[in-house]
Amino acid sequence: MKLRTSSPDETEIFGRRLGALLEPGDVVCLSGPLGAGKTCLARGILAGTGATGPVSSPTFVIVHEHPGRVPAYHIDAYRLECGDDAAALGLEEYLPGEGVAVVEWPENIPDFIPPDALWVRLDRLPGVGADDRDLEVSASGPRSERLLEELSHR
Amino acid sequence: MSGRGAATATATAGDLILAIETSCDETAAAVVQGGKVIRANVVASQVDLHRRFGGVVPEIASRRHLELSIPVVDEALERAGAAPADLAAVAVTAGPGLVGALLVGVSLAKSLAFGWGKPLVGVNHLEGHIYANFLTVDEDGQVIGDGRPPEFPFLCLVVSGGHSDLIYIEGHGRRRSLGRTRDDAAGEAFDKVARAIGLGYPGGPLLDALAREGGDPLAFDLPRARLEAGSLDFSFSGLKTAVVHVLERAALAGEEVDRADLAASFSQAVADALVDKTLAAARVTGASRIVLAGGVAANSTLRRTMLERAEAGGLTVRFPPLKLCTDNAAMIGAAGYFRYAAGSRSGLDLNADPNLAFGDQAVEECRGS
Repeated sequence: MKLRTSSPDETEIFGRRLGALLEPGDVVCLSGPLGAGKTCLARGILAGTGATGPVSSPTFVIVHEHPGRVPAYHIDAYRLECGDDAAALGLEEYLPGEGVAVVEWPENIPDFIPPDALWVRLDRLPGVGADDRDLEVSASGPRSERLLEELSHR
Repeated sequence: MSGRGAATATATAGDLILAIETSCDETAAAVVQGGKVIRANVVASQVDLHRRFGGVVPEIASRRHLELSIPVVDEALERAGAAPADLAAVAVTAGPGLVGALLVGVSLAKSLAFGWGKPLVGVNHLEGHIYANFLTVDEDGQVIGDGRPPEFPFLCLVVSGGHSDLIYIEGHGRRRSLGRTRDDAAGEAFDKVARAIGLGYPGGPLLDALAREGGDPLAFDLPRARLEAGSLDFSFSGLKTAVVHVLERAALAGEEVDRADLAASFSQAVADALVDKTLAAARVTGASRIVLAGGVAANSTLRRTMLERAEAGGLTVRFPPLKLCTDNAAMIGAAGYFRYAAGSRSGLDLNADPNLAFGDQAVEECRGS
C-alpha cells in the first residue's frame, strides 16, 4: 500500500487510522531517514490507540510508555548500536508485549523485531514540496497482512 | 585530599548529602553541604568511550556505571574528608534517563542508605539541573558567581539532550510547568543535526565550535516552529528536517554547503526559539529572573542571545558554570538537600523510572510507592 501525504497533519491523521486498528501484541515498525516524519506518524498512531498524553521523541530514554485503550510502547532505537543494547534494556518484553509497540529506527535492532510486523517506510521527496512524504506500508505475516487489508479498505 | 578533613569539623550536623547520578553517560558522585557548598564533585565521563561508537551505548553505559559507581563514591567521600557517619542522607537520581543506567545508581544508593542507616532521597534529574544554580561554593573553596542562590520566584529554562522545559519556580518544591517540547529536545536536535552534517560525538559542543568558526547565522533562512498562538511549547523537529533538506538539495545539485554557516544558522534558530518562548513566559508570569539549566545552557549562541535580549527587556539571567551545566552529582546533592530539609524521604522500594515526570508535583513525587 502506497500513499503520499502533503503535511505533518496528514501524516498524523493516517497514523490515527492505523492506530485505531491496533490490538495488544501488534508491532508497527517505522523506518526512514532523519526528518522523514517517524515521530509525527507515531504521534498519530498513539492517538489512535487512545493515548492521551503528549507524544515527544523517545530518543533520549529509548522507550516511552503510553496508557490508552491498549497500552502503547513508543520505542526509538536511534541510539542503539547493537542487539546487546536492546537486550540490556529488556526490549524483548515489548516486542511483542502486552500492548502495541511502535518502533522507530527498527533497522538498528533487527533481531528484536518479531517476524509478523507491520512496516511503514517514510521518505522525504527532495525536489518536491518540503512537507511531502511518501509512505509505503507492508506486512510480514498473517496478522500484519490482515491489518494492511483493513487499512486499505477504509 | 587529607586537607579536607579539617573542614568536616565545621559541617553542621545533618546538612551533608552524598549524591549519586547515573542517568546517562556520566557516573558521578558528590558530597554537598547545606545544598550550596560543593565538598566533592567526581564525574567519571564515558564520553571518550561513547565517541568511538558515535553515541551513547546504553549497554556499555550500564556496565561502566556498574564498574565505576563504587570507586566514584569512595573518591567523593575521601575528597570531602567525610565518613558515612557524617552524612545526613543519600540522594540519588531516580529518573528520567536510561533505565539500565539509572538502576545502577538507585540500587547503590539504596544499599548504602540501608547499610549506613541513612535516609534515602530520590531526586528528579531535571530538578537536579535547576538546583545546579543553588551551588555557590566550588570544591576548591572558590565562590561561584555572586555567591548567592537564585531568589524566588524565577523562570527556569531546562535544556538538555532529553529535555526542553520552561518551569516557573515559586519556591522549593513549588513549581508550575509552562511549556515543553512537542517532539525533539533541543540537545537531541543539536546531536542529530551534528550527525547529519558529519560531525562526531558529542554533537552539541562540536556544532557549537563549528558555528563559532565564523559561521554566518543569517546564511540560511531556517523555519521557526509554527505552534498555536500563546503556546509556550517548543518544536525542533521541523527545524531539524529543514537542515536535512538543505544538505540533500545541495547534494542533488552537486553543491558544497558551508558547514560553519549551516551550524551557525541552525544554532541561532534554536536559540531564537528558546529565547522567544522564555521571554513570552516571563511576560505571562511576570517573572523578572531567568535561570538556565542543563547541558545546552553551555551553548554559546544560546547564552549570547539570551543575555542580549533578556537584559534589553530588564530581566536578569543566570547560568551555572559550564561544568555544572552538564550531568554531575553535585546538582543532585543540592536538590536532594532541599528535599531532605523539607522532609522528603524515599522508601527502600524507590524505583528507577526512565520516564519520571516533572510537572507540577510537590516534593513527594520521588517517594517509592
